[in-house]
Amino acid sequence: MYTTLSSFAQTWGLGLFIMMFLVALVYALWPANSETFRKAAHQPLVDKDPLDD
Amino acid sequence: MSFMKRHETLERHSLLLTVGILVVVAIGGLVEIAPLFYLENTIEKVQGMRPYTPLELKGRNIYIREGCYTCHSQMVRPLRDEVERYGHYSLAAESMYDHPFQWGSKRTGPDLARVGNKYSDEWHLDHLIDPRSVVPDSIMPPYAFLVEKKLKFDGIEDDLKALRLAGVPYTDDMIANAKADLVVQASPNTDYDAEDALVARYEAIAERKGTLKISDYDRNPAEITEMDALIAYLQMTGTLVDFSTYEANDLNNRR
Amino acid sequence: MSSHVTPTEKPGWGFSIGTVSLLVGAVALGALVIAANAADPMMAAHAWLFFFLTVGGLLVTGLWAGARNGRNPFDPAFYEDTIVKFGVAASMFWGIAGFLVGLIIALQLSFPGLFYFPELGWTNFGRLRPLHTSAVIFAFGGNVLIATSFYVVQRTCRTRLAGGMWPWFVFWGYNLFIVIAGTGYLLGVTQSKEYAEPEWYADLWLTIVWVAYLLVFLGTLWKRKEPHIYVANWFYLSFIVTIAMLHIVNNLSIPVTLTGSKSYQLFGGVQDALTQWWYGHNAVGFFLTTGFLAIMYYFIPKKVNRPVYSYRLSIVHFWSLIFIYIWAGPHHLHYTALPQWAQTLGMVFSIMLWMPSWGGMINGVMTLSGAWDKLRTDPVVRMMIVALAFYGMSTFEGPLMSVRAVNSLSHYTEWGIAHVHSGSMGWVGFISFGALYCLTPWLWKRKALFSTALVEWHFWLATLGILFYIVAMYVAGITEGFMWRAYNEFGFLEYSFIETVKAKHIMYIIRVTGGALYLIGALIMAYNLVRTALGHGEARDAEAVPAQGPAQSPALQPAE
Repeated sequence: MYTTLSSFAQTWGLGLFIMMFLVALVYALWPANSETFRKAAHQPLVDKDPLDD
Repeated sequence: MSFMKRHETLERHSLLLTVGILVVVAIGGLVEIAPLFYLENTIEKVQGMRPYTPLELKGRNIYIREGCYTCHSQMVRPLRDEVERYGHYSLAAESMYDHPFQWGSKRTGPDLARVGNKYSDEWHLDHLIDPRSVVPDSIMPPYAFLVEKKLKFDGIEDDLKALRLAGVPYTDDMIANAKADLVVQASPNTDYDAEDALVARYEAIAERKGTLKISDYDRNPAEITEMDALIAYLQMTGTLVDFSTYEANDLNNRR
Repeated sequence: MSSHVTPTEKPGWGFSIGTVSLLVGAVALGALVIAANAADPMMAAHAWLFFFLTVGGLLVTGLWAGARNGRNPFDPAFYEDTIVKFGVAASMFWGIAGFLVGLIIALQLSFPGLFYFPELGWTNFGRLRPLHTSAVIFAFGGNVLIATSFYVVQRTCRTRLAGGMWPWFVFWGYNLFIVIAGTGYLLGVTQSKEYAEPEWYADLWLTIVWVAYLLVFLGTLWKRKEPHIYVANWFYLSFIVTIAMLHIVNNLSIPVTLTGSKSYQLFGGVQDALTQWWYGHNAVGFFLTTGFLAIMYYFIPKKVNRPVYSYRLSIVHFWSLIFIYIWAGPHHLHYTALPQWAQTLGMVFSIMLWMPSWGGMINGVMTLSGAWDKLRTDPVVRMMIVALAFYGMSTFEGPLMSVRAVNSLSHYTEWGIAHVHSGSMGWVGFISFGALYCLTPWLWKRKALFSTALVEWHFWLATLGILFYIVAMYVAGITEGFMWRAYNEFGFLEYSFIETVKAKHIMYIIRVTGGALYLIGALIMAYNLVRTALGHGEARDAEAVPAQGPAQSPALQPAE
């Protein structure tokens, strides 16, 4: 059991890690998201009250 | 209406984010920690390990209470200078009954993994009362108050039971006799039958003779103090395993 | 605008007050039962403390709610800023307390003859050291994180904090945990797991508080008016979620009795050690890093009035950081009885961690591009950028120290102390000071801080203090590391242990100086913030200038 688990950790664990990282990278670089991100980045700079539109 | 609809999708985003974070952080921990719970390969086969006696356990709890671990490690690394300074490097097996472990992270003072039997009881007594009386350049705090404090052990059976729940092999016999065992370990030459019974109880698990020391650690036969307990603990740390029978190169002990 | 919501529109604003009171009342009752049956004096002291503080809390809540006269104290037309004000005050208080205890224990190691009292065992280093670490990390850092997260999540979601009374439960509940933890160390109540010392009942209480915190935070995200969740909130969320997981797993323990303070860890030996350092390392990662990176991602752009340098980079930064951080814990256990493969895994991930850390640092620093003059003119901005410089330094040093060969020298020595203090005093301290300097004028609607000159003084004293501190500890650490492994010509160890202690004496004294400078800086800051809140000096004439944040409504001033 120990050998199975530790070899899983050393192989598949790493593979899984790289897969998930790629998903995040694709999300960040996906061209369609760029407008969302531009708006989001400016969001803290706008001062508004909770019920303002 | 349209607001409500939007509301639901928004909730999905934040939940997705929460679950994503949880999955990512849980995987790392699981993959690394889970294998170590399959003990056979993690912990070496050794002779001599046994649970702490009630007095030693009480002493260990004082060690924890006073924060000794903030300055003293209990982990000799397999490096030449450490092995020469402190003794045989620490084995995983040696802390198998430690709840919690006391490996420490800082050596403002020296490592204590193998301090047991290195100094006399009197030295420990003097040193703990006033460290600078025996080591002039020491920066350790004084623990004179331990001599004054009577050891409280009314509920010692509950301590052993809690540890048994956590996997320490205390027997019914050990739990039933916990108070008597505690008293006799700090009161030599008062009840020889009780002494023999204590030694027999713990050495049966250790499968090794001579791992138990009975002594009036604080040189005050009138009462059992916290100083008795602490010195009893210090005097046995790192002394249990029989290194003459330990095979470091045995395949089962290689990690 | 404020007519938008009337007190009767929703099913009663008293609901959250009722539920909080019910929970607190139940805890008070439980505390009373335990106090009456306490198995040891420490538990009795804590149970009574719990009882009186919770009952006191209930009384104050009742009086306060009665004085509302039917007016909704949680009016959704306004941000909940009073709680952030309380958070700023609590942060400053605990910060000074924590730095002071740090100074005291530094003095103890320098002058043991003067600062130890044989009859006052509870003032010994072993009990004060956890008091120092918990005070600076959890009391100071934790209050900064709760206060800033409540401020940021409201502003970036454009909605009032969710849960009505529940955020107040989080704030006071957390500070009650701090008091229980701190008094516990002095009384000798500890489970000895570094940065997780509080015993089982304090841990349970914190778990309740933390779940409430998570729900308040999520609830606020759920009712947000902005489509996208701003990245600072991702960092806050990862901090809250991960700390919950780490806290629960690392504190699994078996109480000896339910009326006693002592418990035994469920795990033992190697398993306990790895669980502890998985916790310890990630407490640094998710408490002291992602939480404060959230501060960076909101306060630096806000203060210099520019969007973050690259939002894309911030996303990659976020995921790669939390991916990698969680794996790196075993580097705390090099050359120990931990299996070698786990040590190697920890080392590899620690080295990989260098990249996202620096990515984040660059993202923060480059936010200033086009406004570099602010580094010269605005000491608050400078403080936050220097914080990032320290962040870069300690995240470069960390991976270096995780390499086994380096670790064999640095581990157990003062080098580790230098490393954590460049991270904590430099990064966590300075970014927190920056946030508090921003928040005080914003919250109290002042046009500026009471005195910019005093901020300069704080900045330079604290910077000098950090340099004194870390240089002294690097020298001490490397000295003792080499002395421990030095051999003489006959092949014997050259130095006894006590000679290596003696060799550090001067360095210990320099450290005291550094710590004192840092504390003096913080005292100056507290004075500056109080005068700012009072509207003195350069902070005068707030009405004339629309301050940042929702300045318009006078109704905000008397609110709760």
